[in-house]
Amino acid sequence: MADQELETKIKTEEYFVNMGPQHPAAHGVLRLLLTIDGEIIKNVEPDLGYIHRSIEKMCERDSYQQIVHLTDRMDYLSSNINNEAVCLAVEKALEIEVSDRVKVIRTIISELTRIASHCLWWGVMGMDLGALTTYFYAFRDREYINDIFEETCGARLTMNYNAPGGLMFDIHPNFVKRTKDFIKHFKTKIPEYDRLVTGNVIFQKRTKGVGVLTKEDAISYGVTGPVARGSGLSSDVRKLHPYSAYDRVDFKEALLTAGDTFARYEVRIMELWESISIIEQLIDNIPEGEIKATTKAVIKLPKGEYYQRVEAARGELGVYINSTGTKNPYRVKFRSPGFSNLSVLNHITKGSKIADLVATMASFDFVIPDIDR
Amino acid sequence: MSYFSDIYNGVKSLITGMKVTGGYFIHARKGAITQQYPDNRETLKMFDRFRGEVVMPHDENNQHRCTGCQSCEIACPNGSIEIIWDRAIDPETGKKKKKIDKHIYHLSMCTMCGLCIEACPTDAIVWAQNYENSVYDRSYLTKTLNQPGSTVQAGVED
Amino acid sequence: MNFLIMNIPLNITSTIHDWIYSIMPETAASITIMVLIAVIYLALFAIIGLYLVLLERKVAAWFQLRLGPNRVGPWGIFQTIADALKLVSKELTSNDRIDKFLYNLAPYFVIVSTLIGISVFPFSKQFQAFDINIGLFFLFAVSSIGVIGILVGGWASNNKFALIGAMRSGLQTISYELSVGLSLLTMVLLTGTLQLSEIIEVQRTGGWLILQGHIPAIIAFMIFMIAGTAETNRAPFDLVEAESELGAGFHTEYSGMKFAYFFLAEFINMFIIASIAVVVFFGGWLSPFGITDGITWFPEVLWFLIKVVMIIILMMWFRWTFPRLRVDQLLTLEWKYLLPINLANLMFMAVIIWMNWTI
Repeated sequence: MADQELETKIKTEEYFVNMGPQHPAAHGVLRLLLTIDGEIIKNVEPDLGYIHRSIEKMCERDSYQQIVHLTDRMDYLSSNINNEAVCLAVEKALEIEVSDRVKVIRTIISELTRIASHCLWWGVMGMDLGALTTYFYAFRDREYINDIFEETCGARLTMNYNAPGGLMFDIHPNFVKRTKDFIKHFKTKIPEYDRLVTGNVIFQKRTKGVGVLTKEDAISYGVTGPVARGSGLSSDVRKLHPYSAYDRVDFKEALLTAGDTFARYEVRIMELWESISIIEQLIDNIPEGEIKATTKAVIKLPKGEYYQRVEAARGELGVYINSTGTKNPYRVKFRSPGFSNLSVLNHITKGSKIADLVATMASFDFVIPDIDR
Repeated sequence: MSYFSDIYNGVKSLITGMKVTGGYFIHARKGAITQQYPDNRETLKMFDRFRGEVVMPHDENNQHRCTGCQSCEIACPNGSIEIIWDRAIDPETGKKKKKIDKHIYHLSMCTMCGLCIEACPTDAIVWAQNYENSVYDRSYLTKTLNQPGSTVQAGVED
Repeated sequence: MNFLIMNIPLNITSTIHDWIYSIMPETAASITIMVLIAVIYLALFAIIGLYLVLLERKVAAWFQLRLGPNRVGPWGIFQTIADALKLVSKELTSNDRIDKFLYNLAPYFVIVSTLIGISVFPFSKQFQAFDINIGLFFLFAVSSIGVIGILVGGWASNNKFALIGAMRSGLQTISYELSVGLSLLTMVLLTGTLQLSEIIEVQRTGGWLILQGHIPAIIAFMIFMIAGTAETNRAPFDLVEAESELGAGFHTEYSGMKFAYFFLAEFINMFIIASIAVVVFFGGWLSPFGITDGITWFPEVLWFLIKVVMIIILMMWFRWTFPRLRVDQLLTLEWKYLLPINLANLMFMAVIIWMNWTI
């Protein structure tokens, strides 16, 4: 009652704030046009286009082998998963069956990529909420994975390890040992993450009940990935449409129903454990086999449309290829997880405070080059 | 009563967090993961598959393995490789034969995707493991991979 | 010039004191002394500020598995001096359409209030510039001037982020001053005096106040540390700067030396809060259990600094561990938790003193 009286008596005025394109919480060059009343957010309008590199158009110029390396640069934190998506689409079109060895190695490296991506997200989430130390702990653990990648693929981030028909070359002899070492190390570190951040009372107050996304909204906005799973929407492509070696491993889909920032956080921590369990199931028995199926030097896809979906670290990544039978695709379209997830931001942050917007954005884990290709 | 249990649990969780950072603070000396980069140049060893830049190895007779087939040029997505080639008369057989004049590599445009090295049928180009690629002028980044006066190793074409 | 009742620091300076009075008339001499002391405190201010920044960077590095600054001088001890030189030489840029007068005034508000603050501390028995009988009260009064500088700076710089930061600062400082005051009032019940040197003298015989007052004193100390951290606008209460929300908060538009003033003031404020804690709870420059009481040449200021550094490291430990609070949670913490506990604690302390249950 008293509050309402005050609200009518005090005249306030809304104002605009440009959050970004250069802003510490924007994780890149995302520009948010905020309409704010005091500390309360009235409207959030994302403005994209600051890192548009026309990757889809460039794909039309390139051959199918060359497309793969461009996808590294979309969601650079799950680069191998993107590569895998394109390769799977091309293999589907050519009706190539890759060997079991390729499938298993692809799965292991994709899961390592997912762990690396979630590690970075955990560090950045802590940093966005003001706990700067998390960043360094996360990077310490991510460094192990980057070393594994560097030894096997030659690059740490933009790996380009997959090729249509298999892998570019075999895994390094040290790969299995290093991966096992990392798993052993990382299993002791996730409980530490929990002690440092998850249980922290300030963290829980900042995240619980903040940015609540209902299951219905998640469906209608096309939200995927950990964000959707935090709202109770089962959307794990690895479970629903298994690809590579996911049909032969036993893992649970991380699913929570609260739909708030804390649930999204918990889902990602659960996914870390699931990824570890997937790698553990596969690492000891990588089957022998061809590392690359024989393809022609110039790949020409039969005329038609092809679509392949995979579960990237941020959600469902779809690759659509329209071929007219030439050596270049007629049209390539990537359905990136970040773009659909971003669309729901205004809906769930309206009426909350600036600090809540930052927490919600951190839990969405945006990678701007993925949103803005 | 939940008022007091909230305080108790809150303080407890804060102390749990402080224990984690405090543990690292005490073991700060051996725990540091910093690499003091320019100082550790001698010991810093890249992995043997590390993609530093594309080079063309030459043997002691100043001979390389590149036949000028241009597979790498076609495979490259960014146009980083340009091959300037010529036909010269082979003194032994008397036939005209393709040979490279210059194998030009634009490091500034290279995305280190490795497609050229996969494409090369004669393993003429390989990855170098050097990691200090910055220069003061970008014209230095355009490199001619074959050394002046170099020739093709005998038997590579077969 | 009787208002200048100064305990001139240390023996060396007392000879200088006598010498200055012997060579010039009394008024000129006392003005010279004032200037001299101001210069000494300014130098102290700069040294403390710069080396606290270095300490912060080192401690942060140790918490974060890093090494910290180690390039400029051995263990990087000249790093912050180099930084200060860089800041001095930088251009003072400013925004378009700022309120020029207030914009330029704001850093001085902040820095002067902190400078006055350190003048009353008894660093050792002799080393105290200004021993007034309302020492603690004076400290509260002075430390609340600083927030005006922040408010003015945020308002004058014609930047919305700075304005939001400044407004947050206002409500934060006003709320948490209550807790700082009440927690220290709890201890004043025990000492019966507000004069800082007297507070230390009380502890010489009866032991440190945190031991004398046991349970309520420990509660008061914890509340003081929380509220004190909030007073200095440090994480987890750094909503004023809130890097990930507001960029740099109230000093977004400041550059060069003006920014350095804000930056140094933050660290001096931390020093002041830690010093108050040391004086009121941990016996100031008194040695623990009187272990160096017999040694006459031992510089007591060392004990003071050791204790202050310990408290400061504790505050840094908070900063590098905890996430930041939201603005409404900040107020909830103060008004729903700290203040009621503080009031109850004050009563509890009064009862303890009345029943003579102190140790």
